[in-house]
Formats: sequence, structure tokens, C-alpha cells
Amino acid sequence: MYDVVIIGAGPAGLSAAIACRESDLNVIVIDEFPKAGGRLLGQLHQEPNGEWWNGIKETQLLLDKATELHTEIKCEVSAHHIEHLEKGYAIHTSIGILVTANLLIATGAAETAAPIPGWTLPGVMSIGAAQVMTNVHRVRVGNKGIVVGVNVLSAAIARELQIAGIELHSMALPVSNPVTQNHANPKKVMEGLVRIAHLAPSAFLRFGSKFAKAEWVRNTAVRFYPKGGVKMWGMPIHIRKAITQINGTEKVESVTMCDLTPDGKVIKGSDKIIPVDFVCIAGGLYPLTELASVAGCPFQYIEELGGHVPIHNELMETPVKGIYVAGNITGIESAKVAREQGTLAGYSIAKNKTKTLQALNDVKSTRASASIQFHPEIVEGRNKVHTAFKTYVDNL
Amino acid sequence: MTQNRIMDHPVLGTLKDLKQVTFSFDGKTYTGFEGDTIASALLANGIRQLRLHEETGAPRAIYCNIGHCFECRVTVNEVQGIRACMTPIKDNLSIESGKLQAAPFKAPPNEWPRTYAEFEEQNKEAKNGESHV
Repeated sequence: MYDVVIIGAGPAGLSAAIACRESDLNVIVIDEFPKAGGRLLGQLHQEPNGEWWNGIKETQLLLDKATELHTEIKCEVSAHHIEHLEKGYAIHTSIGILVTANLLIATGAAETAAPIPGWTLPGVMSIGAAQVMTNVHRVRVGNKGIVVGVNVLSAAIARELQIAGIELHSMALPVSNPVTQNHANPKKVMEGLVRIAHLAPSAFLRFGSKFAKAEWVRNTAVRFYPKGGVKMWGMPIHIRKAITQINGTEKVESVTMCDLTPDGKVIKGSDKIIPVDFVCIAGGLYPLTELASVAGCPFQYIEELGGHVPIHNELMETPVKGIYVAGNITGIESAKVAREQGTLAGYSIAKNKTKTLQALNDVKSTRASASIQFHPEIVEGRNKVHTAFKTYVDNL
Repeated sequence: MTQNRIMDHPVLGTLKDLKQVTFSFDGKTYTGFEGDTIASALLANGIRQLRLHEETGAPRAIYCNIGHCFECRVTVNEVQGIRACMTPIKDNLSIESGKLQAAPFKAPPNEWPRTYAEFEEQNKEAKNGESHV
């Protein structure tokens, strides 16, 4: 019987394992992917201070520490069910049942689909898929592509593709449909774009971001958005153009691009065919929560956190005894925050009060100084989920 | 196999000490590198299409590349439904793409064949490989 089973060997899971091993707990970390590191592995960006954030190196640092502490990490293991025992849990996995007193679910996030006609053709992939192929496997996803969906994640990964020498035509919105909704609305997208302006060498965006707190400024920016797009690292970003269709028979051959009104309506007759051999769809991230749901954790929908999240308190405990959560399953934030949350969850499981308090402060200060924010009201979202925890526990 | 490789990367450096592995996909022999998944080894060889949709025959490939969407399922050493994006490539793996399946029950129930002879009669015009055969 384990003291702790950790599902997910990303930044949250690995840091939690390290904190648990420091307290000499009997721990196993499992992950489906052949390599530990989760989505941290693919990350590569330049911080505002000029330093590179290299996910492979950051993962190695965590792995070295975990190895030093003799942590059991098993990759290529899938967990598919969690059963409540009289004491603890039985985790059903592809290598059999793991019995444990505590469970930490650190499964991270997945990408929201932004489907448009033709999206099942070979050559269409999520933006994260392209990131893993490029930075982890070092395989070119194509010769010339286009990014559909303009948000924090897609801008960061588009830059990574560029660095690797892969040509991108531009970034544009998906055509509006019942699924794409906000991703297809130029005004909503503008809100997101100004938040990442400080990371990009674009005078238009940097200028815009200074005033963009006011809605009328954003709306004006959308109305007078340059026809040729705003360039970030030399690549045009269009929020008044949408991809209406991906064309090809056996694989991607081109996309159809149309102009949009400021409200996101397609302007008839503005179609243009753009030859590409790959398309990256970017609908943003949502917490990957199936296992918490199977385990019976209560949920709440919190927009600021990226979707439905398992209710938990500041110490990463869910109301289900012995089940903890950390990382993007608790809300979409950067890998640095996930890492600190993992440490916090680890000390919390080990019942180390002093270190738990220290880790709690580290989570907050890391959040406050994050260079990439997926949602401007993240702190508000965090408060909502903690309040939900209190309300839930009080009503038990 | 290196045609689609990013051998030199300005930040991540140059790939070195790579161990080659040999595998087959639909009967043809290819090489990949240790550390590749089936999906990345195939894409490095310029192969995107991993399967045909079982019912419609539409071509499919990776979508999420993190094991969530199951769009990349292939048959590996005769085991069906293996995710190409989550499975490491190994020497001598025999990989088969997903094929179009017969769909005799696609028609409304009153048109279903009651005997095999009726099934054959209904499909005598269909060509080999079409979904009603």
C-alpha cells in the first residue's frame, strides 16, 4: 500500500512527489506519456528579462531531484478508474491496481476543440500537438501552416514553431459557430491579445495594452484593426479575418480565409484561398478532470479557471478525504504556478505545517509575478473555488 | 527519415547520439529514433495518415497528440486501438493503419439482410473496400 499515488508526472506531480519524498512518504508517480514532464516538456519561451524558459531543462531539474530522493516514477501507465476502499483508494491502471492512502490528481489540461469544416483532415492538429512534435520529438509538422485561434497559448506556440524554422502564414480566428463562440469574436479575442502584448515586440499591441482596460479603446482597436494584421515577431495576427474552411481530399491543401465585421460576421465575397500543408487549431485550455469526477469529487464551473474544476481549498485538499489536486486540473495557469502548487500539495499530504505555509506563500508570489496570465481575474477565480469548498464542507 | 527532422535548433541545440530503430507500417519498412512515438516516427517519414474512419473511410491523423482524442489509433503487433501518439517506437514493431470496416447495418432495420445470400445480393454492385461489403 502506498502513502500517495500521484497521477500525472508534469510540473505539479513531480514537485509534489519531491515534497512527499522529503517527508519519507511511500510514493508512486504514474503518467501515460513515455517521458515524464507533462506539457512542461514542450515549453520554450523568452521571459521578459531575456532568459529562456526551456521546459526540457526544467523537467530535468525536477527529475534529478526526484531521483536523488529515490522516487518511483512509472511512465506509459494509464489510470482509468478510482475505487473507494474502506481505507484509501484502489487506482485501476494499465499495470494493475495500485492501493493507496492518499491520491493526488495532477492530470493537467487539455485543449478545447474549435471545430471548423475540414478539421478531421490529416494535417490539422491542435496547437499543443504541434508544440510536442516540434520541441519534444523534433519533427516538422509541415512546410507551411496557419494557426486558427488567437490566444495566449497559440501566440506562445506559434513563436516556438517560428524559432524551429517552421513557416507560418499567419494567425486568424476560427469562423463563428455554436462551438467556437468567443474564440470567433474579435472583441473577445482583442481582450486576450492585449494581455500578452508585453511579451511581443509589437508597437501597436504594446501601445494598445496601456489603454486597453477601457472597453471603448478595445472596441476602437477592433474597428480600426490593420487589414494586413498586427505583426508579432514578423508574423501577421488577424482578428478581423476568419478561417471558414480547411480544404483537401487526402490531406490539408489549403484554407479559405474571409474578412470579418467588428462583430465577427463573415463579409460575403471576401474569400481567399491560402495554400498550406498544416493547420493548428487553438481553442485554449481546460482542466482535465475526468478522474476527479470518477473519484466523486464535487465540481464548480469557474470561468476564470478555465472551466469545471474539482472544488478544493488553499491546501489543495478536495472535500473527499485523502484526495488532493494540483496544477492545471485546479485552473489554467503557467507551469511555474503548477510547480509551486505541486510542492504545496506534497507538504499538505505529508502534514508538514511549516513547509505547507511557506509553499502557500510561494504559490501566491509566483502567481503574482507570472509573465503569462491565462485569465486576468485568476485570483478572483481562486477565491471562488475556495469559497465553494467552504460552503460545501459547511453543508456536509 | 531526417527529411522532416529539426536536427539543429537555435535554442534546444543539435540532436546527437540518436539510436535508430526499424519498424514497419502497412508492410513497408521505416526507421525512426529511440524516444520517438509511433506518431512522431511516422511523421518524420512524411506519413500523416494513420487510419481511415471505420464507417466513412475518411482519412485521419493525429489531432491532440496527448492521448486524449484517440484519432491516432492504429494496430500494433496485432493489438487494435493503440494510440500512436502515446506509444514509443521500438525495433521490429509491426504497425497497421486503421481500415474501413463493413457497415451492413447502416441501412434502416427493415432493409437489413436476413440471410448472407441477401447481403451478397444487396451488395453485388459494391467494389472491394467499400463500406457495405
